[in-house]
Order: sequence, then structure tokens, then C-alpha cells
Amino acid sequence: MGTVETIEQSTKQKPKTTKRMTGAEAIVQILLQENVDMAFGYPGGAIMPVYDALYDHQDSIHHVLSRHEQGAIHMAQGYARANGKVGVCLATSGPGATNLITGIADAQIDSTPLVCITGQVPSSLLGSDAFQECDVLGISMPVTKWNFQITKAEEIPQALAKAFYLARSGRPGPVVIDITKDAQFEEFDFAYEPCTSLRSYKPKPKLDMSKVAEAAELINNAERPYVLFGQGVILANAEKEFKQFIEKTGIPSAWTIMGLSALETDHPLNVGMLGMHGNYGPNLLTNECDVLIAVGMRFDDRVTGNLDKYAKQAKVIHLEIDPAEIDKNVPADVPVLGDAKESLTELNKLVKPNSHEEWLQRFRDCDQEEWDKVIDEELHPKSDVLSMGEVIRHINDVTGGDHILVTDVGQHQMVACRYTKFTQSKSNITSGGLGTMGFGLPAGIGAALGAPDRTVVAVVGDGGLQMTIQELATIYQTKAKVKVLLLNNEFLGMVRQWQQLFFEKRYSSTELINPDFQQLAKGFYIPTAKVTERENLKGAIEEFINYDGSYFLEVMVGKENNVFPMVPSGSGVAEIRLE
Amino acid sequence: MYSQWFRVDRESQKLDWSDLMNTSDKQEFTITAYTENHVGLLHRITIIFTKRKINIESLTTSESETEGIHRFTIAVTETLDQVIKVVKQIEKQVEVLKADYYTKKEVVQQELALYKISTKSLTNGLEIERIVREHNARFLTIEEHFVVIEKSGFRRETKALFDELKPYGINEFVRSGRIAVSRQRDGIGKDVEKLLAEAEA
Repeated sequence: MGTVETIEQSTKQKPKTTKRMTGAEAIVQILLQENVDMAFGYPGGAIMPVYDALYDHQDSIHHVLSRHEQGAIHMAQGYARANGKVGVCLATSGPGATNLITGIADAQIDSTPLVCITGQVPSSLLGSDAFQECDVLGISMPVTKWNFQITKAEEIPQALAKAFYLARSGRPGPVVIDITKDAQFEEFDFAYEPCTSLRSYKPKPKLDMSKVAEAAELINNAERPYVLFGQGVILANAEKEFKQFIEKTGIPSAWTIMGLSALETDHPLNVGMLGMHGNYGPNLLTNECDVLIAVGMRFDDRVTGNLDKYAKQAKVIHLEIDPAEIDKNVPADVPVLGDAKESLTELNKLVKPNSHEEWLQRFRDCDQEEWDKVIDEELHPKSDVLSMGEVIRHINDVTGGDHILVTDVGQHQMVACRYTKFTQSKSNITSGGLGTMGFGLPAGIGAALGAPDRTVVAVVGDGGLQMTIQELATIYQTKAKVKVLLLNNEFLGMVRQWQQLFFEKRYSSTELINPDFQQLAKGFYIPTAKVTERENLKGAIEEFINYDGSYFLEVMVGKENNVFPMVPSGSGVAEIRLE
Repeated sequence: MYSQWFRVDRESQKLDWSDLMNTSDKQEFTITAYTENHVGLLHRITIIFTKRKINIESLTTSESETEGIHRFTIAVTETLDQVIKVVKQIEKQVEVLKADYYTKKEVVQQELALYKISTKSLTNGLEIERIVREHNARFLTIEEHFVVIEKSGFRRETKALFDELKPYGINEFVRSGRIAVSRQRDGIGKDVEKLLAEAEA
């Protein structure tokens, strides 16, 4: 692969009239043309020309200065997930770029559209182990949808056009554009044309109507059909079509953590959460349905448990945009490749109106059992110790369920996702696939900036918060109205729970001797409160949500509470434990 | 011939997964990908194997029959299930136009081997000349101190020549990666042409 060709060959682009400018100025012009009004990042030597160009456009592009590049990229993720636009992230070469990697990997596994622009040492120094040189292309390749290194200014328009197109089209994902410093300084004749197609890239497979018909046939004849939905519904903006589908067919529907909020919580056909800490019925009855309809989800191991004991009795219909997901984990009897919106629109024409009252009742019965054994105690604990669930219940009561929930990773994440009430889509932002601790606070800032009209509640644990706690400074600087709810159990709770259940209570390095979070929040000039007694909880949460601006609320919860139900790792979904 | 089943009409034919899941035996496969000729794509493709701890036995890139389109030929010994998943991941890469896989019986394949031996061993009788003739090999060059013999064929054929030459002393030996063309009348090259024509339109 010796020859290096420009990317012109693979794109069909006709340049318009040109204007002479530097590469750095061209980058900013492209951001403007791609309707970027906010970017997240951290300056440094190799990206300085771009920052200098941004200085002239502060009115149109708001640059959010994080306190660590990982914070910046999680903000870009939160921003993208809350408002559906491509998140833009800037960083310098070397450590600036490597600090982005965790967030890039997170965005890749959770299909979040990002364009990350990293500075690089001048092209004459490439490969010389120059100061802050790092092979960003090589290091980011396993975790990007696409990446490209620019060494000449003339490459900038087409590379960035491709970057935005690839990040947002098809199954979205992160793209990295690495730009040498000399290319940023270089002057050239600039013209820009957004990219709309690539000959080697098919964003949406063409819908095969015979597969749609086959799927409809199975659904129409099913006695106990069951729908699982994931983020594909949200990414395709197919919430309406999805709801029409389940309402017409009367099929009980359960969500993956990434699909959460695509269907309102109170919908009678929303039967709850799938997976390791999902609801009882949705897991148990996976192995009793006769037709399993998966919509825009990828059968992650946290959803399926042991694959040898997963839905073996069911015919599987898989609606999916990415051909590589078909048969990857669970073989599909009827794969329906395509964008969820298009697939569901066609499917809705062929399915017959139906109801499955008896089958639905099974889910309700399971719900009752779960309520009695788990949920009631979690939401209304009889002990004096505060539970995470009751805190979430109060949040629901105050917001009515129209807030955006952002979570970190761990017990609080499972509890918040299980018990938060949602009334609208794109309202759940969490690190689902990668499970990145430290995601919650910065993603919450990004969400609050991306959806300024909504109430954004970032629920974090005391472990994850301390991984990116420096971003409290970004809240103060940007005035982002994010509500930070710390559920403090003075433990790495999820790991401790596993140690209790599977490692004979040998609590190896899971107890946290914490700093005074109240003093910390005060130090960052954020209004703060702490709740240790139940009688103060309701009032504190009302103040927390209704305060006009960011607010830090710490609630001391039970140190050794566990999250149930649970499908132990390696078990089948039907082996779900309620206690 | 599982792969015949699964590959030819991967999208339109019903897959017999119960059979597939039992096909846990590793066998020789040749994976072919038609791609753009871009820096870094080689890395992007090998990552797919690394991530699953699959050893690449050989990898060759070259031009294809279509101008501007490159071709990867990758030899692996793996289970069919893994190979199908890997091929899908390869085809998913933005700069890959088409990827497919073949069993041993579905391709015509060849490897090239070079053997360097000392000229002295050649002049010590007619043995080496006989061996070279019998193996349908040929002398590529004869220099003052060494000769280079070239042999193309299957792995076992180039290996057989190696074994016979070994007693006379082999100073250097190298074998190329596998190259292969499919036995189908129109390989996936036709699909690629169609894709390109569509993109052009």
C-alpha cells in the first residue's frame, strides 16, 4: 500500500469559488458551515493555530474549556446525546489526544456521533519522537468509525466533510481528524462542499421487503411475541413509528439501557428493563416468548447473560442498521436490515391489530412479585437508612419525569435507570457499553449546554465523581445549569456488591475514605447541600431541582445496599435473582 | 460445504445455524477484501483479527482488476463462525467496498518461494539440477557465490522442495503470502464493479 492518494478519489465533490486562508481558519469556517455552535476542548501547542482562529468567532462558536481532555470528550458526548447533533471536541497532540481515547471508545461502543480534532506535531517532525508526538491515528483506530491525518491544508475541506458525514450517518460513531501544525498554518484556496456519499460506504442497507413480510407473518401468528428495543430507535428518530408498531400489535416491550426513554415509562406496553439488573419479568419471560423482536439493539452480554440459555425457544426477528450485528451474538431467524424508522414504517403496514392481554398479564404478575420483594423496599424503605431508590422517587415527583437523566457507572446508574420516570425521548444519557466511570459529571455538563431548556440531573456515585471531579470548575466557568446529585455510600458500591455475593465479603480496595464534598463544591462556587436524614430529603430535592442554576446535592445512602434483581454473570436470564 | 451455503446467498438464504454452531472445527479460509487504497487501512483491518486473537497466516495486498481499487488476500485457519463475523467487520470499515471468504476448495491459490543456495553445492554433481527439474522449479539467477531457485505452488509443494534442498544447505528461504482467485465465474469483483457504477450514477 505504498502510494498515498488524496481522498478526492472516493468522494464526489465539486469545489465552489475559493477564498485564500490558513488551514486553521478553514477548520473554523467548516465548523460554522456544519452548524457547529459549541465545541469542547483543551488547548496546547500543536492545536494553537485553531484556537487562535476560534478567537475571532467566539460569538458563533462557544468553546467550552474543560479541565481535562477526558472531561471535554464526555461533555461532547453528553451534548450529542441530548440534542442529536455531532459533538465536536478539540485537543492538542500527544497527551491531549491520548486523554480523549476513553471517551472515543465510549462513543464508539455507544454509537455517539463525534468529530474529534487533534493537533499533531509539524509534518517534518512526524516519526521523530518529537515533543508531544504520539501516533494518534494508530492509537485511535480500534475505537473510531474512521480517522484521518491531515498534513496539507488542501486536504482539510474534504477530510472534515467526510468526518461530519461519517460521524452522523448510518450507525453513528466517533471520527478523529489529526492535523499537523504546519497544515494549520499553511495558506491555501479554500472552498467547502459537505459530503453526502462515499462509494465505499453504505450508511443504510436497502430494506428487503421480503424480510419485512416474513417478519410480519411471524408477528401476526405469534402467541407470545416480545419486543426488545435499543438505542437504534432513538438514533433513527423512530420513536413515533415504534410506538405505532407496539400499540397496533399489542406487544409487551422491554428496553436496553441505551434504549431507555424512547418509550415513556408509563406506557402500558412498557414492561421495563432488560439485563443484569433489569426487571424480573422482562428477563424471565425472554425464555417464554415465541417470537422475539429486537429493534435497534445488539444483544450485549449484559442483556443476554449466558447465550446458551437465551431465548432458545423463540424465533428471532432482528431489525438492525448494521449488518455486522446480525447473528453476532444471537442468531436471527429473520434479519431485517435497515434504518429503524424505515423498517418500522413498512412493518406497520403489514402487521395486524392485535392484543396479548393474557401474555401481558404475565409481565404484570412478575412486576407485582418484584414490587413485593424488591421495589417497594427500595422506593419506600422501612429502615432508617436512606436508599438510592427513594432519592430517585423524589426527583420523579418534582420533575414529573420530563428531565434529562445523566448517570455515571455503578449501583447508582442501575437504580437511577430502573426507577427514573421518563416522559420524552433522548432523556437518558449513560455510559452503557463501555461502563466508563467519570462519565456522568462531564456528560451532564454537555447535556445541560446542549439542551438548555431542559432540567438536567447528573446522578453520580462517590467513586465516579472523583474520577472527573475537576469539571466542577467547568460548571462554574460555563454556568451550565446541571444538577449534580451525589449518591454517597462511601464505597465502590457495585464492586463491593460483587465482593459480597461472589468473593466472600472480602472487600478488597472498595471502601472510600472520602474528602468533604461539601467543602469541595463550595470551593468550586456551586450551591450545595447535604442530606443525611429522611425528613430533610423531600425539601432538599425540591430546592435542588427548582434552583435556577447548577446545584450540588449530596445524599448519604446505605453503605451496603445491593441492587436487585440480578442475573449473576454466566447465568441465563431466567436464573434472575430477586434477593 | 458450509461456506457455500452461508456465503453465496448470505442475505437472502435462510441460514442453518444449528449446523453452523456445530462447525467449531478450524479450517483454512481465504478472506478477500476490495478496498480503497488509503494509508492506515491495513492497520484497521488487522485490528479486527487482533481484537479476536486470530492469527493471520499471511496477508497480501495488491491492485485488483479494477483501476484504483486494492485487494487484500488474508489467509487464516479459523472456525467458519469466526470467519463470517470477521468478514462482516471488515466490510463494515468505511473504506472497504466488499469482503468475502472462501474455503480451500473454492479458490485457486498460489504461493511463491525463493531458495538461496551456494553455487558450490550446484557444481558438486547433478543432484540439484535434477531436484529443480523434478519440482518444476527454476533458476532465477546464478551468481558467482550463490544461486536463487524459484518455485510457485501450494504450501506443501514449496515445502517439499525445501526438504529436498535442505541437505545441500539453504542459505536463505522466503515464501510469499497466499494469493488466490475464486472459482466462481464472477467473483466479488463483479459486485465491486456494480457498486462503483452505482456510485458513479
